[in-house]
Amino acid sequence: MRNPRYVMLVDTRLCVGCKACVLACKSENNVPDGYCREWIVEDIWGEFPDLRAEIRSTRCNHCSNAPCVDACPTGASHFALGGVVLVDHDACTGCKACIASCPYDARYVHPDGYVDKCTFCLHRVARGELPACTTVCPTRTLHFGDANDPHSEVAALLRSREWKVDHPETGAEPNLYFLV
Amino acid sequence: MSWSRREFIQIGSVALGATSLALGGRRSLFGLDSPDVADPHTDGDRVVATLCELCFWKCGVLAHVQNGRVTKIVGNPAHPLSGGKLCPRGTGGIGLLYDPDRLKQPLIRRGDRGSQHYEAVSWEAALDHTAENLLKIKAKYGPEAVALFSHGFGGSFFKHLLNAYGSDNVGAPSYAQCRGGREVGFQLTFGAPVGSPEVLDLENCRAIALIGSHLGENMHNTQVQEFATALSRGAQLIVVDPRFSTAAGKAKHWLPIKPGTDIALLLAWIHVMLGENLYDHDYISKYAIGLEELKAHVADKTPEWAAVETGLSVGQIVDSIRLLAGARPAAMLHPGRHTAWYGDDAQRARAMAIVNALLGNYGRQGGFYLPTKLPVAKYPGIPAYATKPPPAPDRPKGVTYPFADESLAHGLRDASVPGTAAYDIKGWIVYGTNLMQALPEPKKTLAAIQHLDFLLAIDVLPAEITGFADVVLPEATYLERWDDVAVTPYKEPFVAIRQPVVPPMYGSKPGWWIARELSKRLGLEMYFPWTDAGQMVEARLSAAGFDVAQVKKTGVVVAKHKPICLEEGLEPTFATPSKKIELFSQQLADAGFDPMPKYTPPEEPPEGQFRLLTGRTPTHTFGRTTNNRFLSQVYNENEVWLNARIAKERGLANGEMVSLINQDGERAGPIRLKATQRIRPDCVFMVHGYGHESKGLHFARGRGGNDSKLMSRTKIDPLMGGTGMSVNFVRIEQVTP
Amino acid sequence: MTSPFHESVTTRLNHAIDPALHIWGWEITVYLFLGGLVAGLFILSALLELQRGKPSTSSGMRSVPILALVLLSLGMGTLFLDLDYKAHVFRFYMAFRPSSPMSWGAWILLLVYPAGLLLWLGNLPAALQLPVLARPIAAAQRWRRRLLWLSVVMGVGLGLYTGLLLGTLSARIQWNSAVLGPLFLTSGISTGAALLLLLPLHADERKTLIRWDMVAIATELLLLALLLIGYVTGSSAARMAGAVFLGGAWTASFWSLVVVLGLCVPLAMGLLEVRKHLPLIALTPVLVLIGGLSLRAILLASGQETGFRLLP
Repeated sequence: MRNPRYVMLVDTRLCVGCKACVLACKSENNVPDGYCREWIVEDIWGEFPDLRAEIRSTRCNHCSNAPCVDACPTGASHFALGGVVLVDHDACTGCKACIASCPYDARYVHPDGYVDKCTFCLHRVARGELPACTTVCPTRTLHFGDANDPHSEVAALLRSREWKVDHPETGAEPNLYFLV
Repeated sequence: MSWSRREFIQIGSVALGATSLALGGRRSLFGLDSPDVADPHTDGDRVVATLCELCFWKCGVLAHVQNGRVTKIVGNPAHPLSGGKLCPRGTGGIGLLYDPDRLKQPLIRRGDRGSQHYEAVSWEAALDHTAENLLKIKAKYGPEAVALFSHGFGGSFFKHLLNAYGSDNVGAPSYAQCRGGREVGFQLTFGAPVGSPEVLDLENCRAIALIGSHLGENMHNTQVQEFATALSRGAQLIVVDPRFSTAAGKAKHWLPIKPGTDIALLLAWIHVMLGENLYDHDYISKYAIGLEELKAHVADKTPEWAAVETGLSVGQIVDSIRLLAGARPAAMLHPGRHTAWYGDDAQRARAMAIVNALLGNYGRQGGFYLPTKLPVAKYPGIPAYATKPPPAPDRPKGVTYPFADESLAHGLRDASVPGTAAYDIKGWIVYGTNLMQALPEPKKTLAAIQHLDFLLAIDVLPAEITGFADVVLPEATYLERWDDVAVTPYKEPFVAIRQPVVPPMYGSKPGWWIARELSKRLGLEMYFPWTDAGQMVEARLSAAGFDVAQVKKTGVVVAKHKPICLEEGLEPTFATPSKKIELFSQQLADAGFDPMPKYTPPEEPPEGQFRLLTGRTPTHTFGRTTNNRFLSQVYNENEVWLNARIAKERGLANGEMVSLINQDGERAGPIRLKATQRIRPDCVFMVHGYGHESKGLHFARGRGGNDSKLMSRTKIDPLMGGTGMSVNFVRIEQVTP
Repeated sequence: MTSPFHESVTTRLNHAIDPALHIWGWEITVYLFLGGLVAGLFILSALLELQRGKPSTSSGMRSVPILALVLLSLGMGTLFLDLDYKAHVFRFYMAFRPSSPMSWGAWILLLVYPAGLLLWLGNLPAALQLPVLARPIAAAQRWRRRLLWLSVVMGVGLGLYTGLLLGTLSARIQWNSAVLGPLFLTSGISTGAALLLLLPLHADERKTLIRWDMVAIATELLLLALLLIGYVTGSSAARMAGAVFLGGAWTASFWSLVVVLGLCVPLAMGLLEVRKHLPLIALTPVLVLIGGLSLRAILLASGQETGFRLLP
């Protein structure tokens, strides 16, 4: 069986930064108050009236060469199905080495003590649904799928559209792509 | 959608297989490890299809319930207005339902109006007291002395009650304070308002121009979905806005126009369209009248002239309209929604309607479609209302706003000051609208309240207005009640229902129950024959021939698509006096107004002051959601935007707290300053709905600034009485900590 | 940045992550400090004995293994305090993750205890040589030389680990330098020497340790210089990371506490002691200890904040 590589694509041309994804994620995953697993970044460059904007919905990059998995002393941070990086709550000591190792600062300590972050809604994916953020997004900014499947929508988009990733210089090989 | 369901189910099955493999293969230390795929278990044991009420778009949602508690709200894929997708607010219904600040029991005022000294009483006592007062007013002044202020779907029951009682004085701030000017402008031109949902075929549009419309910050779900679809298909975007809005960030042309000069730009655009033959000759000659008059009217409205007025360059003006017209008829100048800006809003809407007419897009694909609607009769078997009430006293004595086709909410307010209007309003029923923020000139609202014999507020949260009421009735939220049947004019004909997801919490009651209990005490029970709204919904649906069980299950029934545009074979008709698109409006001429829109230069901001502009944030619906703690996790206070260069010149730092003081000395704040390149130097911007003062709104109280307070001045639209509100100027003062 | 005008707004506001990362506090500072100190104690006491060929008879040196274990336990105590899921602490010992310095550390810490105990047993004062301990004492004495070499290796491992723990976290740009390992090791040796000098020692032991301490301090200064050179000659990321010490927020505390008080002054006082044969005063070792603690505290606090988010 071919190994899937789950990726998420964020179409920055379409994202209006409405935060529907952020809130859908919070309610789907019961994210505690005051924390978020994903967030919106709005960048504006230039001086009035010559301006350029980019809005991104962003989250854990589920890196293929994930520094958090390397840094974890107990194996709690691990690669799950499709290369999705998960934290096994029962194995996490809350030592926070993974938090320090994450170039995207995508993790946080859950009030219950374990380290928490985006799971690409693998529980939904495993039953054939899309992640909550991707499902809710009113602008269809978010695309999720298996980049290793040449017939998938994400693979097609990665072939046909110009894209970038956040801080490629980290060498972490992120799997969150921004279509530009 | 390019993502096929089948494709995803395949992925899912692969995933399931791999999961079990992974689980089997992974070390499991004495069963200590959780499964690889940790499920947060937020799926409901019960899922109820209903309609959202976080704004007024009425998207279909699915509410998940686990052990009687709503765990999450997701989009209903079957509902045409959501298509399974939601704006941020839709998810946030749980924040409303479980808001600890909700009104929990009926209250009767025991202190002065505004003292917020209330006594919790039984429903019986509150309803008796209310009915007694309403009967007193009816006896003393006649039923028309009671006005209903209402916003939201649930208001229909109270309108019904009021009509039965004998008054038709129903004012919604959504008209004169919001989209009224637009509706009148389009009604005059095309013979039909734009409506809600706006009859815009955005998704098939190839070029879109926005004037002061903030799609993307203004999150009407379907419209934003279609907007994004158009962009993803390569539609060109032109945004005219003093502020570099979210949409402006995606535009090919951003025209940072000087506030108040839109009509100059529009006339120049028309000038270019006519001069360069960019308009649809066939369409205009077939469907429109007044082209020659229009040509003469804009002959001198050159781009060079408009450039001086608007602060834009000739190139920007010409290039943008060429781009827009190049895509016609699948090109659209979006009519906007909140258009109560400068007091000439209906005429500005006329100019916008004319541009659209010249694009030949009315009744065309990628333009304005002609909506279809299912025939569902109103309450079957209910007697006709006994009395025909006199016209609303919603304007000062001797003043007519001949083209207003709804009551003016602020006008009904002002009629409460004795002797100022055709007759006095003595009692208010305020349903789900916080008049202290929803109307401009809050001091007038306060003064009017002092003249009232009785004020009843029906609400979910203790908004400011409830603090002035004589009786406050706690309504159940939209997740706890039935409402009317939603029969929405749209691209597809459909009906949808709101049904309770969980029983009402605390002592709150559904609107129907409240209205019916009042009707009993007012001797109007025959108008409320059903014990609950669920029965009424069933009766309406069955009478219209629907399978009630099916509607309850899916929340919505979509009927067969019918033609909505020329391309689908539907010939457009225009309900104007001439039965044509009226570029030149004889109606206006006859009423003594400009038959074609004229430009009046706006007042300049006094030295050291800025024109106050307002707008929205995607996460909130005005002040009504600012206490929603769930939604507030991503936006919890408004900021005042000021041009970064100006801020620097004045020694103001980004993020510092400031006060805003308007031309009349009215203050708002403290509010955080956003020093940004994203706005012109001559205006400031803030999101509406903050700066709450109600003690009961424990979360929202004191957050951000209240723009309504700064709107102590309005400019009234002579055509329809709308309150232009972007006519206030503010200065900025540092707050010393 | 492509333009001097750049506004960036994020909605993320996670506790301890935003607006600046602050996940590790005094607990980890103390842990890193004590870890290095203990490494220094093991290395120095072992080297001293290997150099002299026989166990020390000073009460100070004899107590070193126990003192080290007590300090190490204190350090592990603060490490434990830092854990947010304390009930899962046992999970450190249900896996060995070669890619994780934290995992290496956990296991090294565990090895240090038996080694320390055996070292202690092998040089017990006669009064404590109870009959019941006869067999272990005999074993400890038989294996003493190998144990001494083991403690040097273990000490180096432990000392390096305290630095590499931070140094391998590439996301924290300031920490991400291979110099951090040797730097923390050297600092551990010098603080270890400083602590030893506060104990009752024989004069010759004291003299040797003062010399070694000076070598360690000089090396540490060199390594710090290398670290700073790495910052200023590095990429824009490295320059951003180093800027906190070179004009940024931590400049004053870094240069005064770590460089001047913790290293330069003790070095100068040590030179005076050796050259002029001045009587030793307790101030020098105390300054070294303060400097060592400050080094950890400042690097830990400032380095956390230097993430990629500060870069365009």
